Amino acid sequence: MKVGIPAEIFPNELRVAATPKTVKRLQKQGFDVYIQHNAGIKANFSDKEFEEAGAKIVGTAEDIYGKSDIVLKVKEPAMNEVDMMREGLVTLSYLWPAQNPALLQKLAEKKVNAIAMDAIPRISRAQKMDVLSSMANIAGYRSIIEGSFHFGRFLNGQITAAGKVEPAKVLVIGAGVAGLAAIGAAHSLGAIVRAFDTRKEVAEQIQSMGAQFLTVEIEEDGATSSGYSKEMSKEFIEAEMKLFLEQAKEVDIVVTTAQIPGKPAPKLWMDYHVAAMKPGSVIIDLAASTGGNCALTKDGEVYTTDNGVTMVGKLNQLPQQASQLYGNNLCHLLDDMGKAEKWKIDMEDAVVSRAMVTHNGKINWPPAPLPVSPTAGGGAKKVVAPTAEEIKLSDAEKSKKATTSMFIRLAIVGALLLLVGRYAPAAFIQHFTVFILAVFVGWQLITNVAHSLHTPLMAVTNAISGIIVVGGLLQTTNDLSNPMTILAFIAILVASINIVGGFMVTYRMLNMFKK
Amino acid sequence: MTIGIQTAAYLFASILFILSLGGLSSQESAKRGVFYGIIGMAIAILATVLGEGVSGQVYIIAAIAIASVIGLMLARKVEMTAMPQLVAILHSFVGLAAVLVGFGSYLDPKTHTLEGAEHIIHLTEVYIGIFIGAITFTGSIIAWGKLEGKVRSKALLYPGRHAVNIVLIIICVVLGVLFAQQHGTSGLPHLLIMTAIASFIGVMLVMAIGGGDMPVVVSMLNSYSGWAASAAGFMLGNDLLIVTGALVGSSGAILSIHMCKAMNRSFFSVILGGFGNAPAAKGEAKAMEGEVTALNHEEVAVLLKEAKSVVIVPGYGMAVAKAQYPIYEMVQVLRKEGKNVRFAIHPVAGRLPGHMNVLLAEASVPYDIVLEMDEINDDMPDTDVVMVIGANDVVNPSAQDDPASSIYGMPVIEVWKAEKVIIMKRSMSAGYSGEDNPLFYKQNSEMLYGDAKDSVIKILDYLRG
Repeated sequence: MKVGIPAEIFPNELRVAATPKTVKRLQKQGFDVYIQHNAGIKANFSDKEFEEAGAKIVGTAEDIYGKSDIVLKVKEPAMNEVDMMREGLVTLSYLWPAQNPALLQKLAEKKVNAIAMDAIPRISRAQKMDVLSSMANIAGYRSIIEGSFHFGRFLNGQITAAGKVEPAKVLVIGAGVAGLAAIGAAHSLGAIVRAFDTRKEVAEQIQSMGAQFLTVEIEEDGATSSGYSKEMSKEFIEAEMKLFLEQAKEVDIVVTTAQIPGKPAPKLWMDYHVAAMKPGSVIIDLAASTGGNCALTKDGEVYTTDNGVTMVGKLNQLPQQASQLYGNNLCHLLDDMGKAEKWKIDMEDAVVSRAMVTHNGKINWPPAPLPVSPTAGGGAKKVVAPTAEEIKLSDAEKSKKATTSMFIRLAIVGALLLLVGRYAPAAFIQHFTVFILAVFVGWQLITNVAHSLHTPLMAVTNAISGIIVVGGLLQTTNDLSNPMTILAFIAILVASINIVGGFMVTYRMLNMFKK
Repeated sequence: MTIGIQTAAYLFASILFILSLGGLSSQESAKRGVFYGIIGMAIAILATVLGEGVSGQVYIIAAIAIASVIGLMLARKVEMTAMPQLVAILHSFVGLAAVLVGFGSYLDPKTHTLEGAEHIIHLTEVYIGIFIGAITFTGSIIAWGKLEGKVRSKALLYPGRHAVNIVLIIICVVLGVLFAQQHGTSGLPHLLIMTAIASFIGVMLVMAIGGGDMPVVVSMLNSYSGWAASAAGFMLGNDLLIVTGALVGSSGAILSIHMCKAMNRSFFSVILGGFGNAPAAKGEAKAMEGEVTALNHEEVAVLLKEAKSVVIVPGYGMAVAKAQYPIYEMVQVLRKEGKNVRFAIHPVAGRLPGHMNVLLAEASVPYDIVLEMDEINDDMPDTDVVMVIGANDVVNPSAQDDPASSIYGMPVIEVWKAEKVIIMKRSMSAGYSGEDNPLFYKQNSEMLYGDAKDSVIKILDYLRG
């Protein structure tokens, strides 16, 4: 089977859908790889590298679209690219099916089987092909790198001979993959990082990356079954805006990453927020391409506002790194679809059936919903916490119950002891007393033994239980023909093996423990 | 030696035994604890032999001398990986001794003069002592066999086994009542039949317990051996035996309960057996999602080189492969490069409580980098690489998120929270619980198949370049 990789025609698209490394991988999967002349040039991959990796260089895009079985692409195809496609071609690329109904129509008419990499469902099995995550990871990282470039100070706090430097404060809005990557990058550069997200479930992830989780005092969880967050109520948004205004006065760098699939990005950072910020601050808007989270963002531009805040509306895509990750994602999907040998478009498969937005001339969009995790769905339910009074009440009840049951138990034990005392001879009672007390002592002794010493402890108690030897000693007589003596002899023998062996082996073990 | 001095000596020995057990509660005082125990034992034996009414010293000395040689040889020769077996077989010796002492006491003409209640109590003591002793004896032998691999470690379960056990116990009780009415030595047949039944119960009791629960069983048998000694003390009217036996018995019992708690199991369900093979109780087991990916030794070495923080989770597989030495070498290489390398030990890893600690100590791993599950679980998200070496159930996430799993609710080491998990295993087979392990299918986990020791040595080669 032939896999073709055309050059990207969109001028701002620097990535390419394959790298020399993934070309090798594709060949291992059994595909013949054809790549358009200079397809990788913007991502710093030369034709020579591709040739060395085993790909064949093809002159024109027509050849790629006309002769391949599968085409790997980054950006959604332009209309004139679709014109070049042959019937039955399988394409893997971004498509944004919700925003591009006309494109879908056209692809369906051409009977192209188009897979939208951005529509891969977010289930754990498909994580390895999730291009949104892998690209978001790069964007998050890069947002901090570029943000700190525009920001005129260190990110970490330092105390030097030339004076003290305060650490920079970074606010990350939206803790998806991009947000978490941004938190990680900012944290590792030494900044103080805060992060806001409407989904309560991500608090732990935010903290694990080294940021402080900011939240508003309203009980509402933005988690949805799709894994993205939903739009929030009016009260929530008001509280959120207030919180942002307080933060705006303090923070130096703001990274916004909030996106809602199929809709323009929510406006979270208003003009008055920008106005409240200190001169020299930086805002990096990762949602710039879908309208921006910040009211003042200009897509594809970097500029400084009147009050000296730098607005970053475009980011370097790290095309080399991004191409590698994107290419790997594509390889994983091809892997899942059976590689060259067992190639199959399986519309029963949970991943393929959802990502394959046009199939045999039909539009297959929107797909059936697929919940991400069973827990996320329950997020809307409010947990009713018991009030302090209720807790007190139940505690009192509990302790009351415990007291009664303790009395009953003590009464039973007392009655039993009385019975024993009534019928047993005095000598027995005496032994019995000793016995019961010893049981309690043993019980108390062991409660606090270090876990690592359990084995030595067992070996030593084992040795001590060899005390049974005393029984044998008392029974020995001078007469070897007496069966009692023989029994006692054997008893002493085995019990003594136990004593000597037990102590010896414990000693050996303890000798090994050292600091 | 007068009775008074002997009693004082016994008291002193008892105190030394208590101090001995108490000493074992921390690393620093543990060795002292052993010495207390040895001195206590020496005093107890001397005080008994020198006491009134003891004869046949020649035989006593002969028996102790022979036993000392055998005991020393056993203890010196045994490999640390075979420690559980040794402890189990030593328990059986105590059980055997208790049975013999019981019979001896029954045959002792001095006891035949007892009348009325005293007579009945004495016979009951003999009967109970032999009963516990016999169970301990055969149970320990089976436990030894299972640990040694001579007996199938899988739990042997047959329908109605509880009923059979109950019937057997009832028979023993009835026999006991009949026995208590006999005079002289005419009750010997009763006693012999009961011993046979008790031996059988001992066998079946341990046969029904799966290999994964062996730590609890060994500790439980330890407890039994103490109760047997205590029963012998009652029949001989010897306080030292009573006290010491009770100490051992109750400490063994609480140790077993501790262990059951660590596994989140009911003490009784373990003792009654069959836990390890119970079918899933509630709902359907979760289907395994995702795929298993494997690495080779070089890739693991690269991962380790890049990691800053490494946690090693050893399990029974490490003991089987005797991999503790190369593992510690590897740890030393990694630590030299400034990496934070630690061990995480699950309370029930291995076949004996604290088994892993002993093995690591044998390879002279300093114990301050050997941490317990609770100490290390919080650090898991900050850990770059976790190496799971021959452990399975103790790192099974089903215990936390799959109510249908038989190990649901058991605390586990949360290795899946780390950046990368490498699982060294011989094959894809399930752990002792028989549960499949979703950990293997997680995105961040990779398998490294093969014998733990060979694998570690190969990784070590790559690490050294």
